Amino acid sequence: MSIKIYVPCDSSAISLGADRVAASIAKEAEKRSIDIQLIRNGSRGLFWLEPLVEVATEQGRLAYGPVQVTDIPSLFDAGFLQGLAHPLFLGLTEELDYLKNQQRLTFARIGKTDPVSLDDYIANDGYRGLSNALNQSQEDIVKAVTDSGLRGRGGAAFPTGIKWNTVLNTPSEQKYIICNADEGDSGTFSDRMVMEGDPFVLIEGMTIAGLAVGATQGYIYLRVEYPHAHKALNTAIEKAYKAGYLGDDIIGSGKAFHLEVRLGAGAYICGEETSLMESLEGKRGLVRFKPPLPAISGLFGKPTVVNNVISLASVPIILDKGGDYYRDFGMGRSRGTLPLQLAGNIKHAGLIELAFGMTLRELLYDFGGGSASGRPIKAVQVGGPLGAYLPESQFDTPLDYEAFAANWTVLGHGGIVVFDDTVNMAEMARYSMEFCAIESCGKCTPCRIGSTRGFEVIDEIIAGRELGKNISLLRDLCNTLLNGSLCALGGMTPYPVLSALNHFPEDFGIDEKANAV
Amino acid sequence: MTEPSNMQATVQEITAALKDKPGALLPILHAIQDALGYVPAESVPSIAKALNLSRAEVHGVISFYHYFRDTPPGKHTIHLCRAESCQAMGGKQLEAHVKTRLGIDFHETTTDGKFSLEPVYCLGNCACSPAMQIDEEIFGRVSATRFDAAVKETEELA
Repeated sequence: MSIKIYVPCDSSAISLGADRVAASIAKEAEKRSIDIQLIRNGSRGLFWLEPLVEVATEQGRLAYGPVQVTDIPSLFDAGFLQGLAHPLFLGLTEELDYLKNQQRLTFARIGKTDPVSLDDYIANDGYRGLSNALNQSQEDIVKAVTDSGLRGRGGAAFPTGIKWNTVLNTPSEQKYIICNADEGDSGTFSDRMVMEGDPFVLIEGMTIAGLAVGATQGYIYLRVEYPHAHKALNTAIEKAYKAGYLGDDIIGSGKAFHLEVRLGAGAYICGEETSLMESLEGKRGLVRFKPPLPAISGLFGKPTVVNNVISLASVPIILDKGGDYYRDFGMGRSRGTLPLQLAGNIKHAGLIELAFGMTLRELLYDFGGGSASGRPIKAVQVGGPLGAYLPESQFDTPLDYEAFAANWTVLGHGGIVVFDDTVNMAEMARYSMEFCAIESCGKCTPCRIGSTRGFEVIDEIIAGRELGKNISLLRDLCNTLLNGSLCALGGMTPYPVLSALNHFPEDFGIDEKANAV
Repeated sequence: MTEPSNMQATVQEITAALKDKPGALLPILHAIQDALGYVPAESVPSIAKALNLSRAEVHGVISFYHYFRDTPPGKHTIHLCRAESCQAMGGKQLEAHVKTRLGIDFHETTTDGKFSLEPVYCLGNCACSPAMQIDEEIFGRVSATRFDAAVKETEELA
């Protein structure tokens, strides 16, 4: 019998040489006339150990990592196919603390299965949610999602069930489901990991959403920077059509759902839902005024559900195990789990799915192991480029939407970027304004002009010119952006800028914190 | 480079195949850029005609999106990430090295036509910062040495 070897096909693993490792293992096995079955799985999300090679043994899957091409002959010599010792040996994958201490619901399959194998998906609890949904009324499906307490995982945390209910109750011949897969925030990669590592779960979630609200067409709006996700999604969609999980008659139910991937073109603003819809319609990604809400008048003027990848990928398990099951995880009004992403200057960067409630400090030090450079952690940006910078004094904030909001910080999509003490926060504030200027759609004045004025005034501050005047000018400008912008790009750029100024005034050349507020 | 007549034929073929899709413009522009490497200004009138749009509208869309380009790229395109996570891991120093090594700034192409350099704001490889892409191949934990090696390897492949 052939031995099963797993080498991830996740693009981060590939960026560290996984493709070459896989090819080298196949070649070495052939050379030694050993019969192996090489499976390209998703990543477990322990990126400091990637490429993480696993071997299926009687005891379970054993891990070796990080494996480079030059390690392959010695791995074979040491008998890694029998799970024998080697300097890269890590033990049973599932027993690795980083994995064992997580609560993986949305990511339950990722890293275990071949992402584009429908058989593998079904053998690992796939499509159980859909088969339950097919036996329920539309109202009951929406109720299950409402009961689960699921809130939009893209960052805005709007209750998913309420959104679905609005679309369900808006009569229209045509409705749409859009998956917002324009994951443009630095420090976030959970959407990418789902699309590359378990594309069927997203397809299933969107199909359930379609059944729930009466939409027969879905679009995945995917950023062009994700070519591997594009390939995986298209392969999975094709297989789902062939097996009758998509199309005019979903597994004999008589109900239709069609799905297509559309590529973005490098515009960050298209992650904003109304801009995304403009883009899908073939236009420049200019933000729309709200109301009308997309749930009432969205894509091509029709009622549209726009949900993030993780929100939709969490739906199958909710329909499989029930809203209560999901709701029992979490704290306060933040229910279920959040796939957190630890990135930047951190020793153990990776994907950590946890019930809401753990503190940022536990995440940074217990999971993350402190900074990668070994220097003290100075600041942490949570929630992407529009999220606030947190100083050490805020590290005990629990990972909960309301707890973060109470600090004037943003949990958002759960992306966490760590900086050590070499960072200059005035430079980071300047970058935030520059980024806003580059990515502004140009529709509203505060964002379009304010962002450019923003980095100009920060340049003045960095140069030490007329500090008092320029700091108050910057605060005034941020106030205009906060209150006068049409969408979150202009409206939230002040979060990183002002948090940097408030918590790290010394980097702006101001001596006393009192001067900053 | 593609002959002008071939170019027009490619554009016509792509436009005819995709024009009836709902919201067809982005899929058309992607297909043209995939085929030609860029969206030539000469293709705008035929796209506009097929979609019943003005040329200004088509031009507006092309120029709105960072990814679409209206000039031919170098043989290989390097996308270097400038976002926060990569900055936290020495992205700025890497950026300086890359520009010196290639002798160009962002949005430029080397004089030998081998490499174009573009900034990108996140490749979703933030757990392995700093990151870059050469054509469709992604690289993580890119140091100056690793960058030089990747460039050399890409040159040798050519």
